[in-house]
Amino acid sequence: MELFQNLIFGFGVALSWQNLLYCMIGVSVGTLIGVLPGIGPLATIAMLLPITFNVAPVGALIMLAGIYYGAQYGGSTTAILVNLPGETSAVVTCIDGYQMARQGRAGPALAIAAIGSFIAGTFGTMLIAVAGPPLAELALKFGAPEYFSLMLMGLVAAAVLAQGDMMKSLAMVAMGLLLGIVGTDVNTGVQRFSLGITELSDGIGFIVVAVGVFAIGEIVANLGNPEERSVFTEKVKGLMPTWADFKQSAAPIARGTLLGSFFGVLPGTGPAIASFASYMVEKKLAKDPSRFGKGAIEGVAGPESANNADAQCKFIPMLTLGLPASSVMALMLGALTIQGIQPGPEVMTTRPELFWGLIASMWIGNAMLVVLNLPMIGLWVKLLKVPYRFLFPAIMAFSAIGVYSVNNSSFEIYLTALFGVIGFMWIKLGCSPAPMLLGFVLGPMMEEHLRRAMLMSKGDPSVFITRPISLGFIIATILILVVIVLPAVRRRRGEIAG
Amino acid sequence: MQLEIRNNRDVWAGVMLIATGAAAVVIARDYSFGTSLRMGPGYFPSVLGGLLVLFGLYLVASGLRSNEKIEGTWSLRALVVLPMSLVMFGLLMEYAGFVPALMVLVVGSAAAGSEFNLKEALLLAAGLTFFAVVLFIWGLGLPYPLFAAW
Repeated sequence: MELFQNLIFGFGVALSWQNLLYCMIGVSVGTLIGVLPGIGPLATIAMLLPITFNVAPVGALIMLAGIYYGAQYGGSTTAILVNLPGETSAVVTCIDGYQMARQGRAGPALAIAAIGSFIAGTFGTMLIAVAGPPLAELALKFGAPEYFSLMLMGLVAAAVLAQGDMMKSLAMVAMGLLLGIVGTDVNTGVQRFSLGITELSDGIGFIVVAVGVFAIGEIVANLGNPEERSVFTEKVKGLMPTWADFKQSAAPIARGTLLGSFFGVLPGTGPAIASFASYMVEKKLAKDPSRFGKGAIEGVAGPESANNADAQCKFIPMLTLGLPASSVMALMLGALTIQGIQPGPEVMTTRPELFWGLIASMWIGNAMLVVLNLPMIGLWVKLLKVPYRFLFPAIMAFSAIGVYSVNNSSFEIYLTALFGVIGFMWIKLGCSPAPMLLGFVLGPMMEEHLRRAMLMSKGDPSVFITRPISLGFIIATILILVVIVLPAVRRRRGEIAG
Repeated sequence: MQLEIRNNRDVWAGVMLIATGAAAVVIARDYSFGTSLRMGPGYFPSVLGGLLVLFGLYLVASGLRSNEKIEGTWSLRALVVLPMSLVMFGLLMEYAGFVPALMVLVVGSAAAGSEFNLKEALLLAAGLTFFAVVLFIWGLGLPYPLFAAW
């Protein structure tokens, strides 16, 4: 069994004391920022990316991944105890989780969230291990047209499935693609949109954009809408769910895991969509749907499993195809590139320790998270009492050091400030910046593949539909658009008619 | 109706897209467009710029129809103070060193909040700076002078 050999090899990598330490740091930081509202994994990973420069690639990836899935665990704690989503993916957990807490059942809610997440995480890592190698093998056959069509599908899916107005999201993808073009054109050496500024000839750094929009822009927006936090002050007691709780949660956890894994592989969907879908499914399937919203444990078990499964499975396209399925994965790709590793299907064969080590560490990290989140819950609750006015200057400090240390450049700091202002404006105008970041990362790659495909086909655009794999992606893109657009059009017509 | 547009979210989003797209197309006219066989450096940006203009026009139209308002406050204080503290950080990193740069950044950022208290902010800045020096300079060996010679 090659799979088992590979997994044993992976555990060998992940169980070295350095990598265990990186995993531990990652999941702890992840839980921390997951618990704290107002800071998400995206901004954190962008801020901490420079710290990983001196770390071996495996350790760096293990730590950054830990931050990402750790945040899914932490987010549920805040949702259940404070009725505020610590992460956007925990929005639906607030509904029934907080009600359970008010009924004195905070302990079982937290426990079921952690157990569900662990089961989902285990399934997700297994799925990566099983599906990864054949996918990478398939991807090795991809040429420029396939990559272009695949990216097109990813970007359209990202825009269409993102929260908010679809047209705005599509426009933001185009905006990101355009921003990605700034700098020297690789084919001709022409400077594009660099406005005569030498620092821009290498393009805009993606850490600059990510920190500017997602850390600075968010802080400005948060300061404009001060939130009230009433921490659930009663001591959490009785963590153990009852036997009836377990029986009620088993099926929702299984369904949530499957749903989350499905959405996880789809590009562009954040964990929030997976957990929302799971909540809707559980409510539909329930014998007595009126219990939902009043502390139904299924409403915690399903969505919390779904968002963690989604977070794990987001790694599949990144590790096998070298394509980011979400903006966090775009940052992970950036981390690999900075380490001198060209992401793509070859990574699995040229750097097996990276792929198998990461998978093994994810499972170890999920186990660590259960321990971190259950017995140590009191610690995280205390952290929730840190007021935002101490938090955001600290985020600013880490952001500034992070951005500066990439190139030791003050210019990038100024650019970050500018993107903070632009990002805030986008948020205000209801233009979600997440699809923009995806477009920004994919922009240069997409243009490159488009040009190569056209050269290959001697300028004939039919190359995208005559090659079967590429045609498949194009059909999928059209299907996504049709499925999503049609109901929207119908609804809009209905509104006008009504 | 004139007043409605001033606060219309989608109209402004559309205007922003049209302006960006148009600027991209105008600037990209200096780069050779090429043919679809051999795309020049101007091909991709021109197409994207055009797309942005189209998206923008659609949004202006739908904004005029839906009349959705921009929500919340503009938090002008934060919008000015936070970027300014970052700029100060950049300048001070070049001329004064890590410690003054970070102190100014933290105190400056704190001043962007409405519950600003100078004594508290100074304490926070001192604590964060100490932590950052230990972690980044001594721990991770980032090569920045704590205080630069003038």
